[in-house]
Amino acid sequence: MGKVINTTNPSLQWSDVLEMINDSRIDSVGLNERVNSLSTRSIKKDSKLDALNMIVSMCDLTTLEGEDTEGKISQMVAKAIKPDPLDTSISSVAAVCVYPSLVSIAKEKVSNSNVKVAAVSSYFPSGQVPMESKLLDTKYAIDSGADEIDIVINRKAFLEGDFRKVFDEIVALKEVCNDVHLKTILEVGDLKTYENIRKASIISLVAGSDFIKTSTGKLAIGSSRQACYVMLKSVLDYEALSGVKAGIKVAGGIRDSKDAIRYLVMINEEMGSDWLSPNLFRFGASSLLDDVLKQIKKLKTGAYQASYYFPRG
Amino acid sequence: MIDWEYSESIESAEIVSIKKKYANYIGGKFLEPKSKKYLDTISPSTENLLAKVPLSNQQDVNSAVNAARIGFETWSKISPSQRSRYLFKIARLIQERSREFAVLESLDGGKPIKESRDFDLPQVAANFFYFAGWADKLDLSWSTKSLKPYGVVGQIIPWNFPLLMLAWKIAPALATGNTVVLKPAESTPLTALLFAEICEQAGLPAGVVNIVTGDGSTGSLIVNHKDINKIAFTGSTQVGKLIQKSLAGREVGLTLELGGKAANIVYEDAAIDQAVEGVVNGIFFNQGHVCCAGSRLLLQESIHDQFISKLEKRMQSLRVGNPLDKNTDIGAINSKEQLDKITNLVNEGLEDGGELFQTQCDLPGNGFWFKPTLFTNVQPSYSIAREEIFGPVLTTLTFRTPEEAVEIANNTEYGLSAGVWTEKGSKILWTADRLDAGVVWANTFNKFDPSSPFGGYKESGFGREGGRHGLLSYLKASS
Repeated sequence: MGKVINTTNPSLQWSDVLEMINDSRIDSVGLNERVNSLSTRSIKKDSKLDALNMIVSMCDLTTLEGEDTEGKISQMVAKAIKPDPLDTSISSVAAVCVYPSLVSIAKEKVSNSNVKVAAVSSYFPSGQVPMESKLLDTKYAIDSGADEIDIVINRKAFLEGDFRKVFDEIVALKEVCNDVHLKTILEVGDLKTYENIRKASIISLVAGSDFIKTSTGKLAIGSSRQACYVMLKSVLDYEALSGVKAGIKVAGGIRDSKDAIRYLVMINEEMGSDWLSPNLFRFGASSLLDDVLKQIKKLKTGAYQASYYFPRG
Repeated sequence: MIDWEYSESIESAEIVSIKKKYANYIGGKFLEPKSKKYLDTISPSTENLLAKVPLSNQQDVNSAVNAARIGFETWSKISPSQRSRYLFKIARLIQERSREFAVLESLDGGKPIKESRDFDLPQVAANFFYFAGWADKLDLSWSTKSLKPYGVVGQIIPWNFPLLMLAWKIAPALATGNTVVLKPAESTPLTALLFAEICEQAGLPAGVVNIVTGDGSTGSLIVNHKDINKIAFTGSTQVGKLIQKSLAGREVGLTLELGGKAANIVYEDAAIDQAVEGVVNGIFFNQGHVCCAGSRLLLQESIHDQFISKLEKRMQSLRVGNPLDKNTDIGAINSKEQLDKITNLVNEGLEDGGELFQTQCDLPGNGFWFKPTLFTNVQPSYSIAREEIFGPVLTTLTFRTPEEAVEIANNTEYGLSAGVWTEKGSKILWTADRLDAGVVWANTFNKFDPSSPFGGYKESGFGREGGRHGLLSYLKASS
């Protein structure tokens, strides 16, 4: 092997991946202890409002269903641009996330706003098609105007131990993406162990992913703070090696503001304020946004408001 | 990107009412000291006066020992199951009033509320529950039935875990049928005095628990009292040696839990990120005021640079400040005296040639504070590598092979605890077998359970606290 791979950091090679993944030692007891201890941080008053506003700006509103239509996308984009029409101090969300066939519609609807359009590709969520199809899927999304591409790793190859194949596929998809922002979904619910999550993170990062993302949102097991912790440590080790700061997106199962704030605390204390930005940290959660908006309203007015005060997305 | 500062989140101090002046608890009554003298107890985080407590003299100690002797007549004769019920009741009352105790502990001692709330108080209750369970099952604890309580036990405890050390001492002593005269540390007497209220609330018979406050002179009066049957001491090795000398030639039982300079050995095949966490917890927990603190980091040379860089980054995220803020990781140093001792040793370390790293953080204007500190480039001969600093100061040494790690780890007068970090099970066992330490933690540190015996080798003391073995510290063979 040893050939130079075309990645974000061209000096890295497959041998670097091998060295790092062979070094994937994680003690789950200690990891859980650290994650639980971070969850006891008490975030109140101004710091809570700051957090909630950050969360809104980091949200990717998502609809990935067979029933998605132009009408549904229009609704969602409108909400993405103005999450709370009655409170203009609240920023728009980071992006909307759709299937490739709906990218051009979403792109038209976001028009001049700051909201990006992300497309899931490479036969999301399973990825169980030949490589040619994954490339075609991705190319189609990019040609339709996607700003960001979310791909899934080849879990079949990964669980069979063919890490090189996982790596090569991401490299090939990265070539198609070129400057388009690439998020690679590990699907931690399939990988199960912390060591697997670490290995998949390293493979994805060295292969050139701009972001690594926990989950498709299509499994019962979505993101967890533990999985996010493994990923953020991988991102930091990758930065130490390459100088490149990669991002993290957590998706699936992030229920409410309290949970989301715990993620932010972890990012803040483990990675530092550089990562407290939608450029490097995102939440993929459709139901989270409304709870965050409610909590903001509560902090500002002292009262909780019913769901019908917030427009549908 | 924003600089996200956490707003203050202060645990309210109003839950606990602190009296201006306290009395000793002797024979079930709160008695003014016959000495008529008092000591100030301050909050180390503000230097504000919290209360005055008795500076007990010979007469006060006499009354306490007499009360305990009378109490022993009752306590040693009531049925073991009744003793058990009292201890269970104390445990439950502590749980009910745990917030009050936690706040008082943080105010008087300076430790973060997060620790007094999530560590000290749950452990205190757990110890009473655990020994309550033994009280009526002592015949199952050791194979002989000829074990009897000592009688009146004098207990002298330190300031680092004031209420927890009280629980470690009182719970097994009472479970085995002894009565006690306990002296809390000079700088942290308040939770012990609040505990006296719990004894009252529980309806504990008079004289079973007696609490007298004071300084070292009071402690010495207890040790030298002619009617004491056993002394249990936790504190410095220096004072422990004095006590042992005083008791030489007398028929008085003794257990000592003294200093430590624990090695935390990190092998190159450890889970590095978790080892960093464990090392941080090992030394910065409770401001490093922990006798079993992992104060010597032993790093395998091959991972030195990577580990130190991760460790320094992690240390920088420690939040130093108001102990009552729920987000504080490191509180105040317990006293001016202790702060001076830490400062002097750190200065010596610098003069010797150690390389210093301290976190960048603002320290409050009043009170006693010390920044989390890491020394690298340290030789085993430096005083910072040999003496117990008892503060948030970590000293790094390096090794090349497991044999060398064990040699350095054991190259100390102490032997209380040690830590081993490797993902390889056989290496854990190999190393632990060769370490002269009372407790060896593998891939973790500072873990406690009432059922697990704790105590030292060499100058770290003798006798065990906790577990079945802890009962033996309060039982003697009867003729």
